Amino acid sequence: MAVVAIVVFMLLRLTTGDPAAIIAGDNATSQDVAAIRERLGLDRPLVEQFVIWLGRLLRGDFGESFFFKKQVSELILERVEPTLALATCTIVLTVALAIPLGILAAWRRGTWLDRIVMGFSVLGFSVPVFVIGYLLIYLFAIELAWLPVQGYQRLRDGLGGFVERLILPSVTLAVVFVALIARITRASVLEVLNADYVRTARAKGLSELPVMVRHVLRNAAVPIVTVIGVGIAVLIGGVVVTESVYSIPGLGRLTVDAVLARDYPTVQAVILVFSVVYVLINLLVDLSYTFLDPRIRY
Amino acid sequence: MSRLRSLAAVVVVALVVVVAAPAPTVAETTLRVVMHSDLKIVDPIWTTAYIVRNHGYMIYDTLFAMDAKGDIKPQMVDKYEVSKDQLTYTITLRDGLLWHDGKPVTTDDCVASIKRWAAKDSMGQKLMTFVKDIQIVTPKTFKIVLNEPTGLVLGALGKPSSNVPFMMPKRVAETDPNTQISDFTGSGPFVFRKDEWKPGDKAVYVKFDKYKPRPEPPSALAGGKVVKVDRVEWKWIPDHQTAMNALIAGEVDYLEAPPHDLLPIAKADANVKLVDVNPLGNQYTFRFNALARPFDNATVRQAVFYTFNQEDFLKAVVGDPAYYKVCKSFFPCGSPLSSPKGMEGLLESNFEKSKALLKEANYDGTPIVLMHSTDLAVLTNLAPVAKSLLEKGGFKVDMISMDWQTLVARRAKKDAPMAGGWHAFLTSWVAADILNPVMMGFMNASCDKAMFGWPCDKEIESLRDQFARETNPAKQKAIAEAVQVRETQYPTHVPLGQWYLPSPVRKNVDGIIQAPVPVFWNVTKK
Repeated sequence: MAVVAIVVFMLLRLTTGDPAAIIAGDNATSQDVAAIRERLGLDRPLVEQFVIWLGRLLRGDFGESFFFKKQVSELILERVEPTLALATCTIVLTVALAIPLGILAAWRRGTWLDRIVMGFSVLGFSVPVFVIGYLLIYLFAIELAWLPVQGYQRLRDGLGGFVERLILPSVTLAVVFVALIARITRASVLEVLNADYVRTARAKGLSELPVMVRHVLRNAAVPIVTVIGVGIAVLIGGVVVTESVYSIPGLGRLTVDAVLARDYPTVQAVILVFSVVYVLINLLVDLSYTFLDPRIRY
Repeated sequence: MSRLRSLAAVVVVALVVVVAAPAPTVAETTLRVVMHSDLKIVDPIWTTAYIVRNHGYMIYDTLFAMDAKGDIKPQMVDKYEVSKDQLTYTITLRDGLLWHDGKPVTTDDCVASIKRWAAKDSMGQKLMTFVKDIQIVTPKTFKIVLNEPTGLVLGALGKPSSNVPFMMPKRVAETDPNTQISDFTGSGPFVFRKDEWKPGDKAVYVKFDKYKPRPEPPSALAGGKVVKVDRVEWKWIPDHQTAMNALIAGEVDYLEAPPHDLLPIAKADANVKLVDVNPLGNQYTFRFNALARPFDNATVRQAVFYTFNQEDFLKAVVGDPAYYKVCKSFFPCGSPLSSPKGMEGLLESNFEKSKALLKEANYDGTPIVLMHSTDLAVLTNLAPVAKSLLEKGGFKVDMISMDWQTLVARRAKKDAPMAGGWHAFLTSWVAADILNPVMMGFMNASCDKAMFGWPCDKEIESLRDQFARETNPAKQKAIAEAVQVRETQYPTHVPLGQWYLPSPVRKNVDGIIQAPVPVFWNVTKK
């Protein structure tokens, strides 16, 4: 985390851009910009700025956003719910669809079913997510008027609106993730399907369902869980396109807005939060290996 | 008899039902609008950003305001008197003005607000050079005493665009001008709901029930600010296509600034109309860095005037001639100071003349570092057109692409162009910001004190001072023309034509006021 903190701090200061000039606006004079820079402490030496930021960080204080007149921690907390809701819905939808599809494709390898699933997989990878988003909006929000075009409703403001506004963005993102995870599942399952213990299970007279669930899927689970873990991390930090297309005020958009505005305290804080999330998710994935495959020990 | 009794009983029951029944609830009217930007900063004095200025018009009021004819009219002011020697302005506030916390607006508040604004705003700073004293006479009357007559007092206090002299309570106005305020109490027609403000999502304003509008009908930013909806939500939708989809689906009611490309979609929808909100429009501008060779030579800058033509820029960005106008004037066409004087023969892509001027100026082929912003649709295509025309006129050009915020940071640098500095960039001004030589930031030629580009010309500065002192409109116009002529000899920037952007609005929304700033009083939603 220390390395991340130093790298992020330095990268932001070394890239071009001046938050004071952005804050001052188009009509401002050089004197106005200089006065704002001084007020924000940006005229101080880099080392001094870093020490001040680190000192605050160690006290759990991310500081105040240059722009929003709000604490950065408050800004991040406001954005956590939409991001988590979108990530959860997408992952649930993805797992519910991708794993059965992957298993089916492997089980019926070489048949039309396999070709359809793999064809969808290639399509899901190839079509940009914003195109899928616009197509879904056109069909379900504009033409059929079944779902809203955009926006996010907090859970406390009503379950109906909350779910209604998450369907299209979750489906949009799920297309990509289903394509990815179905493909990984198919490959993993194919590897296991030819194993001796699967043949033995079948020879003992077990029907196909218990063979697939107990023997095949469990042994094929490690790479699938790894990809799902990475998917969750990506969904928490990097779905800015979907958040923009559906106007969801999540962490991805906060990050991009903060980067474009050179809002140093906010960028530094969100990158640190993302780092923690990545570390935690990887840790959980690693720990899950021991449960999925008892041969793995740490 | 029994029939009569029955009838009486029915009547009594009916009356009881009518009286006891709850009054029919009136649904709250919420106007949902998509503005051109997210509201991040909320102090309209701290920044000049237009979105913050627009926020200011929601929650604050002004002493004076500009009407549809461009005249300055009293707004919070009941009456004002100018002494015969034109050195004292006695200003009296209207009755019944209240802050959102219910306390009365006093001259203490207004004087503190004027001082904070004048510390930041260039026109305010200019005004203050004429002000000897501001005296509070009573809680409702104050005097501005000048050391010499100036025509700037009303124009500055009724300035329509950034920084607008918004009135704030004294406790707020005493905040250092370089520190953002954190108390959003105003006296304007709407109250800002800080608890519902979610940067990156929405800003919410509710009707201020105790606001006392002027009796006159609304006219641009002046007149009665009668609020006819209960609530206005500024929804931030960063993706233009999504915003247009949301409008068509009826999820939002008004888009402030969609790209021109999307207007045909709005036009084709039966439930949407296009409203010309800002008839004066906007002006594209090419800005020189007068410190950097070869643009430190006025003759080289004059060559740019000859090599450019406005139509190429306007076609490349706006496209549809219905939304642009060639306007060979530094001051917006349709505004009082607009004039073709001095512009004859210029902006006609006379490449030979441009080359001849470059030869005369001994231009050595130094590449012009032209900053090209790539992320704002209304600006993106300007720089490639400039590059092409400059090259045809004999210049060498090094166009560097970057996002707008990087450009904003780089234009503040005085470094050599090839070492992180710049020679030129293109931008756009809202017409309301460039109505006269004092207001027009790019005409400020006061060297180091000027805006980025730092032009330095005593003659322009002298003419701007004369304009500030002049109180006669006809003489002001003559001075403005003289400044324009001087600008063609010592160019600080090049006007590249006027463009307009109608706002797509749902057809159930009416009463939108034509003004240089989008405002939401007088708007109804059925």
